[in-house]
Amino acid sequence: MTSITKESVGIPVGRVAVKLLADGWQFIRRWPVIPGIVIAILIFSAIFAPWIKPHPHLSSHGVFQQGPAWTADGSTEFFFGTDDIGRDILSRMIEASRITVIVVLLSVTVGTVVGTTLGLLAGYYGGSAIDEFIMRLVDVWAALPQLLVLLTIALVFGAGINVLITSLALISWPGAVRLVRVEALKLRNMDYVDSARISGANNRRILYRHIFPGVINTVLVATTLATGSLILTEATLSYLGAGIPPPQPSLGGMSSGGRDFLRDAPHIASIPGLALAAIVMAGNFLGDWLRDRFDPRLRQIN
Amino acid sequence: MGIVAVLGATVIVFVLSRVGGQDPRFFYLGNSPGYAVTEEQWDAWGVKLGLDKPVLVQYFLWVGGVVRGDLGNSTTSGRTVVSLISERAPATGELALGGWIVGTLVGIPLGVLSAIRRGGVLDYLARGFALIGQATPIFWLAIMCILVFSVHLGWFPAGTRGEGLAWRHLIMPWVLLGINPAASYLRFTRSSMLEVLDSEYVKLARAKGVNNRMIIWKHALKNASLVPLTVSALVLVGFITGTVVTETVFSWPGLGRMAVAAIWDTDFPVLTGLTMLFALAYVVIILVLDLVYVIIDPRIRLGGTE
Repeated sequence: MTSITKESVGIPVGRVAVKLLADGWQFIRRWPVIPGIVIAILIFSAIFAPWIKPHPHLSSHGVFQQGPAWTADGSTEFFFGTDDIGRDILSRMIEASRITVIVVLLSVTVGTVVGTTLGLLAGYYGGSAIDEFIMRLVDVWAALPQLLVLLTIALVFGAGINVLITSLALISWPGAVRLVRVEALKLRNMDYVDSARISGANNRRILYRHIFPGVINTVLVATTLATGSLILTEATLSYLGAGIPPPQPSLGGMSSGGRDFLRDAPHIASIPGLALAAIVMAGNFLGDWLRDRFDPRLRQIN
Repeated sequence: MGIVAVLGATVIVFVLSRVGGQDPRFFYLGNSPGYAVTEEQWDAWGVKLGLDKPVLVQYFLWVGGVVRGDLGNSTTSGRTVVSLISERAPATGELALGGWIVGTLVGIPLGVLSAIRRGGVLDYLARGFALIGQATPIFWLAIMCILVFSVHLGWFPAGTRGEGLAWRHLIMPWVLLGINPAASYLRFTRSSMLEVLDSEYVKLARAKGVNNRMIIWKHALKNASLVPLTVSALVLVGFITGTVVTETVFSWPGLGRMAVAAIWDTDFPVLTGLTMLFALAYVVIILVLDLVYVIIDPRIRLGGTE
């Protein structure tokens, strides 16, 4: 065995290492590696939750407020420790990620479809009564105290997953309308749209075949940007007790439950919250990155 | 525009009370007749809401009541919603004002510094702060602050309002409430400062030999502050959410906590009263900001005379 030294290779090892590190750093700066990993973990645990969670997420294991594995009273059996009634925190987080992903994916899909459709209509018929009406609707909706409206919805229909999905869809559409409208306004004056019209294409065909493909990038960016804030809203609602109903786990709800045990078992509140912060930050990062890459016009000065 | 938003809030509340799958009276009385509600009360609310009339008439009957300040009575305490709100409002005002000041005082100067030191260490730190401030759930940050400053260090109490103007009780909620607006203000101030610092009149000022501090804090910031002002509407929406969450975490006896308690108690009149109040507050603040805008921007102030 010969170790790689200055003599054996002829290049200073130190410089190679520095170059590798610098390349790695450049790679991380250029591509969203860390956010990608966080989102990949989230999606992986959402898909495979029933198989990878080490314990059932709803049942108590008789060990209360045990610390995480790296603390003095921790054990590797319950890696992130147990909560106040003895449920495994890691399993609950895995299950929570599944519920969050389902809720957010469904609501963001509904919100994006509605928002894109309205944005296309408003942009294509820019300046008309339709445009005016849609934009008024968006303005009014944006001026409402959203959280309180969501709380009212939760009160009237009762907190539940279906209600939550509907509520989140309700707040996710206006952002897409604004972004898509601006794009559609630009596209409708393009020469190729005029050509299509001269060739006899009707409005529906122009919208669907000629304008819609042009706004897909914008839609993608808008969706990603909306996802981060939706996850945050979902967590906030769950924290306040108007989101995912217990005993089903949610990262927000778990933080809330740990609030009363901060002195003896700070991990109950802190670990799920930390995961949540990482997920939202990763979502925002990815959204910004996509925006810069696919839609440079939306980029703000950096 | 503002009026439309408030009307929008009334429409939503009205629609929710009508499509909720319950008799609308249920939401205002909290119970069905026979359960702590007499037949007379039940019938009286039927007349008041005009349940036998067309939906549109019902809406105007109800809005008429709201305009006169009749939001109904709390279904848990039985007191009028207006009196409950006016009792709790000072606590929220104290919290919100302080949080707003913290947000502005931290966000705007940091945004300026980060723009003039673009690419420097300070810039990186400030942008990191903005990123974390916008992504971290405020309730989690609050819990972590309680863990460090109340449980371990014992510097500040973990919650409640305390007697009078209790500084030690106020500091953590203020700072936490300020983080979100600070992060938004920082981002917007930074980008608009960068734009302004690159403009011709700043170059002229430099060429004239105006000192650097004057250029940055007077010439440039005055123009650059227009952008953060225009996004105040956006910031405010997050601020309302922040108030509700902060009050809940710190057991602060204000309006936000009242809203959350109303869910647990299914107290529809209280929650809807608060929804409309916050919509109104939002509109009023936007109006005030428009006036500030006029003061700062001579193009608007002098627009008529030129």
